[in-house]
Amino acid sequence: MRTATPWSTVFDMLVDATGETLYMVGVSTLVATVLGIPVGVWLQLTAPGGLKPRPLLHKALGFITDLGRSMPFVVLLIALTALTRLVLGSSIGTSAVIVPLSIGAVPFVGRLVQNILSEVHVAVVEAAVTTGASTLRIVRSVLLRESLPALINAIGVTVIAVLGYSAMAGIIGGGGLGDLAIREGYQRFNDRVLWATVAWLAVVTTVIQFGFTRAARVVDRRRHASV
Amino acid sequence: MITVENLTKSFAGRTGPVVALDGVSLEVQAGTVLGVVGPSGAGKSTLARCVALLERPDSGAIRVDGTDLVSLDGTALRAARRQIGVVPQGDSLLRQRTAAGNVALPLESAGVPGPQRRNRVAELLDLVGLTDKAGSYPDQLSGGQRQRIAVARALAAGPSVLLADEPTSALDPDTTGSVLTVLDRARAELGITVLVVTHDMAVVRRICDDVAVLEDGRVVEHGKVLDLVSDAASRTAASLLPAIDQNPLAESRFDRVADVVLVGFAAVGALLPEVTSRFGVELNLLGGGLTRLAETPVARFRVGLKGERADSALEWISEAGASVQRTLKGPQGVAA
Repeated sequence: MRTATPWSTVFDMLVDATGETLYMVGVSTLVATVLGIPVGVWLQLTAPGGLKPRPLLHKALGFITDLGRSMPFVVLLIALTALTRLVLGSSIGTSAVIVPLSIGAVPFVGRLVQNILSEVHVAVVEAAVTTGASTLRIVRSVLLRESLPALINAIGVTVIAVLGYSAMAGIIGGGGLGDLAIREGYQRFNDRVLWATVAWLAVVTTVIQFGFTRAARVVDRRRHASV
Repeated sequence: MITVENLTKSFAGRTGPVVALDGVSLEVQAGTVLGVVGPSGAGKSTLARCVALLERPDSGAIRVDGTDLVSLDGTALRAARRQIGVVPQGDSLLRQRTAAGNVALPLESAGVPGPQRRNRVAELLDLVGLTDKAGSYPDQLSGGQRQRIAVARALAAGPSVLLADEPTSALDPDTTGSVLTVLDRARAELGITVLVVTHDMAVVRRICDDVAVLEDGRVVEHGKVLDLVSDAASRTAASLLPAIDQNPLAESRFDRVADVVLVGFAAVGALLPEVTSRFGVELNLLGGGLTRLAETPVARFRVGLKGERADSALEWISEAGASVQRTLKGPQGVAA
């Protein structure tokens, strides 16, 4: 590696790695959101002062959630190979990363969602209760709907956290931007690839954050000045 | 109508159970407005939460048109909740929904289909005078407008009872008037029974037919506002009637000094002038004033009488329907 990699090659590497990263992160976040929101709702409903307080169940569920969050992702990546093989038939490759990535993010999303739902004012929830609304309707029309802007922001935070985790995907042959920076850039002393990837990651992160912040603001009906 | 029978409720406190409600019984006739007043800590909020079916009392019954709602569960409880419209304490509107969307919420819960729902929402917005704000979000409305939307929402499912928990506590006096007008209108136009829990005597003054005073979890006074104000010893009289300044020097000029409560147009307008001509006494107003309870003018005056027939004059006043609350003798000011 005495001559620098041509920019056109760096560009091709980045395009491929970006595709892999977006695939892993996109699918994992989607799965984590679909599974994590019910976890968050359940945590909030069973909490003391929630709609269906079940202190013991709440504690147990909270314990499992926090256990999941405390697990370092590298460990999860390796520990879940058996499950991954069961689900996908293979425990290596880009798709294989999706299983541990999703599972690692579910408790993260769950806690975020619970915190957000707990911010909906008691008076608002109780007002809905007094209208004779069912719990399901209150969850849907009050808790989730009132929190929508915050939930969209939370999904944005999750995407970026998952993006961070996905850097370790290379361990099981998952590829992606993180893997490119570590394997091509760092381990093979290719500074051009390393810094190009870092810069590109910064751009990707910023764009994602901007997109979610914007989306959250668009759906928010509070503090809109025009009457 | 709604009746509350012997309601008790206590909460676990640091040094044993704290009794919030200690055998509270109330009755609100159909189409009337009862104000429940009392100092903070008297149990008003607990009572409101029990009647809203948000808190389950330890014992007692809450009957709407005869049916006890306290012991219900599940679907039956949800159905029962539609009989009691609740205007909760504090800001309770969904901030992500328009005013119309908020009013529609109970109708969605009740499974009312779309077109019918829109008609009903339009009716209710008209009732609370906010038709032009249908598409506005709560953050674009003033505090009083938000509270009127909360009233419209409480009325949406067609309840027979409306419970308002401190509906004016966060509002200035001007806006309070607009919210009370809406509550009064609901009673007048829909014939709904209203129970309003408040620390604000202005609410009682403006819209209540009956009043119940709560203290330490017990009802210490319960009756028609206009009856209670004629009773000198009642708390209602003390807090609703115009105050009387002490003026011993002026009082010393008279043979008799008395506090007189006059209820209604006829009494306030004509009674005292007639005394002067009928008994040939000199009658002066020494203090007090005129107020209005809902539509009825009510006055409390301290009057001084001079003349031989002063005692007969006072007797006649009380026989004529006014209540002579306190007779003070002349120069020494000793209570008779």
